[in-house]
Amino acid sequence: MSRVPHPRFDLEQAIRDFPILDQTINGHPLVYLDNAASTQKPLQVIDTVSDVYRKDYANVHRGVHTLSQRATDRFEGAREKVQKFIHAQHAHEIIFVRGATEAINLVAQSFARPRLAAGDEILITAMEHHSNIVPWQMVAEATGAKLRVAPMSYEGELLMDAFIGLLNPRTRLVSVSHMSNALGTINPVREIVREAHDRGIPVLLDGAQAAPHLAVDVTELDCDFYAFSGHKLYGPSGIGVLYGKEALLKAMPPYQGGGDMIRQVTFEASVYNDLPYKFEAGTPSIADAVGLGAAIDYIENLGIDSIAAHEEALLAYATEEALKIPGLRIIGTAAEKGAILSFTLDRIHPHDIGTLLDQLGIAIRAGHHCAMPVMDFYQVPATARASFALYNTEADVDTLMGGLREVIRLFG
Amino acid sequence: MLDQIRDLYQEVVFDHNRNPRNFRVMEDATRTIDGFNPLCGDRITLYVKLKDGIIEDVSFQGSGCAISTASASLMTEIVRGQTEAEAEHLFELFHRITTGKNGDEVNLDEIGKLAVLAGVRAYPARVKCATLAWHSLQAALKDDHATVSTE
Repeated sequence: MSRVPHPRFDLEQAIRDFPILDQTINGHPLVYLDNAASTQKPLQVIDTVSDVYRKDYANVHRGVHTLSQRATDRFEGAREKVQKFIHAQHAHEIIFVRGATEAINLVAQSFARPRLAAGDEILITAMEHHSNIVPWQMVAEATGAKLRVAPMSYEGELLMDAFIGLLNPRTRLVSVSHMSNALGTINPVREIVREAHDRGIPVLLDGAQAAPHLAVDVTELDCDFYAFSGHKLYGPSGIGVLYGKEALLKAMPPYQGGGDMIRQVTFEASVYNDLPYKFEAGTPSIADAVGLGAAIDYIENLGIDSIAAHEEALLAYATEEALKIPGLRIIGTAAEKGAILSFTLDRIHPHDIGTLLDQLGIAIRAGHHCAMPVMDFYQVPATARASFALYNTEADVDTLMGGLREVIRLFG
Repeated sequence: MLDQIRDLYQEVVFDHNRNPRNFRVMEDATRTIDGFNPLCGDRITLYVKLKDGIIEDVSFQGSGCAISTASASLMTEIVRGQTEAEAEHLFELFHRITTGKNGDEVNLDEIGKLAVLAGVRAYPARVKCATLAWHSLQAALKDDHATVSTE
């Protein structure tokens, strides 16, 4: 009997859309459960990127010739798709970057750094990815500011009272993951933004995990910055997005200097270009941006809410089945959680689990998930992590659980 | 189903993982070194007692995957009583076996029990697990006090 209801989209067709899934690994059909690290790409994205190079490729924003205009149109068209996808008010609030990491670094260097003085504070949480820790440590070191960390519960939920208690007149910025990559926790971002804004503190949300799995509305959230990556969203790697409120972006100095970001250059001084180009120095990842636009079309065609419901059902089923496995401990049991199942097995190191499951064609992540402080909190060196995407099925969960039982049998 | 990968996860590896040999703190060690594999989170503290160029005793503590634990355990068994030069030579051989390319053959007889870990060369992501203890030993013999990292 089926335990995961059929999604509101055509799952069989969706699986066929991802050609990479149709292969065997080590003699077994591939079961890809490393989606929190990176998702696979549908034909619609692969073909779009190829199509740009085959038909419409030239440099953007500078040529008077037809191909340059076509490339520019497709590139700017992708920006508008991103704008609508996250419900930003203006397309020029969408800055194309390499990924969520670069987006956060841009805000750290261009927004935070000039505003920070010794003794000022940046507030993050205990469940952040390294990319939402290290950029702040770098600006803290350069400015004498302090990095403060809001604690979480054993379940992996942000302790909201403690978080609020850490907001103070020296807090210059709050930077929080919308959804934790190591635990799956979905943070109460509306409340976080409201509490910070009540005290006049701007908020960056790291949406690297959330954007592919939740409907994101930056206008309704009222966050000041939102960062995410294309490659976790069924799009190409090397392209990502920083959303920023127009007024803030306008007031910020450029992040990098070069072509495309200037209006006029003399050897004495340069006049910077308007948004968003001020932050897009150099030739961007043109075809990949267009590919990201195609990924957004793909998601919207299936329906982000339908995808979220399917993943939620997979997680519920996987959690229930995982708890039947002796010695399995789930790391991260927040009430609000995305489709990430992080776990350990008694006396079996996650890397052994990962290598052995790979022999059965099952791809999971084993390690610290670029969240070493989270591992320290749970006093584990690493976890195994299965993370689900729109193309995963109930059968994938069953294969994973069968594989885990096999690993346990082998270790004896 | 998984039995075909016994080339790496052999019974010897499981045995040393379950019951690691020389898994203890050594109070009178002459050299103590911490090794860390940031990729896996494997941690090892290696204790060596050197006397007149001979490894009189060697033990370890720490936590890691089956490959790193078994490798450390096997290493402590095999290098006890060896001269520094002998241990160094064994490190070279072991390194060649675990990281070697095809055609770069080594005589498995030369390394005795360590041969069970030769299968790790088919798993490049796991080679560092197998070599962590050896890198730590090399650092201990050189009396290098910095924490050893495989990265």
